[in-house]
Amino acid sequence: MKTQIALLLVLLAGPLPALAVIESYDFETPAQEQRFKQLSEELRCLVCQNENLASSRADLAQDLRQQLHEMILAGASNDEIVEYMVARYGDFVLYRPPVKSSTWLLWFGPAILAVLAVWVVVRVVKANARADEMPLDDAERRRVQQALDRRR
Amino acid sequence: MRYLIPLGIFAILVGFFAVGLELDPKKVPSPLVGKPAPEFEGALLETPERRFSESDLRGEVSLFNVWASWCAACRTEHPFLMDLAREGTVPIYGLNYKDKRDDALQWLGKLGNPYSASIVDPEGRIGLDWGVYGVPETFVVDAAGVVRWKVIGPITPEIWRKDVQPLVEQLRRGKAG
Repeated sequence: MKTQIALLLVLLAGPLPALAVIESYDFETPAQEQRFKQLSEELRCLVCQNENLASSRADLAQDLRQQLHEMILAGASNDEIVEYMVARYGDFVLYRPPVKSSTWLLWFGPAILAVLAVWVVVRVVKANARADEMPLDDAERRRVQQALDRRR
Repeated sequence: MRYLIPLGIFAILVGFFAVGLELDPKKVPSPLVGKPAPEFEGALLETPERRFSESDLRGEVSLFNVWASWCAACRTEHPFLMDLAREGTVPIYGLNYKDKRDDALQWLGKLGNPYSASIVDPEGRIGLDWGVYGVPETFVVDAAGVVRWKVIGPITPEIWRKDVQPLVEQLRRGKAG
């Protein structure tokens, strides 16, 4: 059993190095490296669109990482780098798109849906509660009695 | 009445899905449209001693086509570009993207050269400034050197008739009038 678990762990650990990105970059300060990591995780690779720059092996992602590295070393701020990328590839490169009129639905849609859902639930629960409380009038009582009698 | 509400919600969802299915996530709108062509300067493929820059695109409506000999879709597109060049409809400038010079020259030699000129971009630096992410891509540049349209993927006769040709004609008229 123990060997099986050990084997399983080894097998699970196997693919981990494959996740690491191919080339490595040198930085002057740890802060620069941190920014490189952060930015390459927030920027999307346009070739394989569900990957960020940090994890993509696509040629273009490699070029953009290189560009990112150069810009960080040249002292560009995060805003400047993001602006540079957006000017070329559009908002789509950002995994966190900016809030503007064309993205309102994206940003606020889920919240609106949640509010609507809560409203519907509250209404249904209230309606059920009201149905329980509503007393029967005489005519309804008679019909219930008749139905019960018929079953006997 | 109470059944109309879920039906209405369903109809709205269907509407969203219908639009969503028609959209191609590979086609990212270019932020360059409406802006002056990015600055660049590169050597020409056939005459490397000559340089070509964005200012050489000015003066006439033109197509700026990103291609490479390694790109399979470019081969698909190529015969149509040849047709366009033969008809002399509009000058086509090529950006030979991340290619080897010999391969590119061989490609043009074998299949024909539809380009008024091809600029070499071996490291993809010019392509980066143009926001190229999938070859082939074609930009329509007006006489003032402003990017007016971008086609991602090969230009087909359908795309040409529907999107590009009317725009080229309109841009030409704009200049004339």
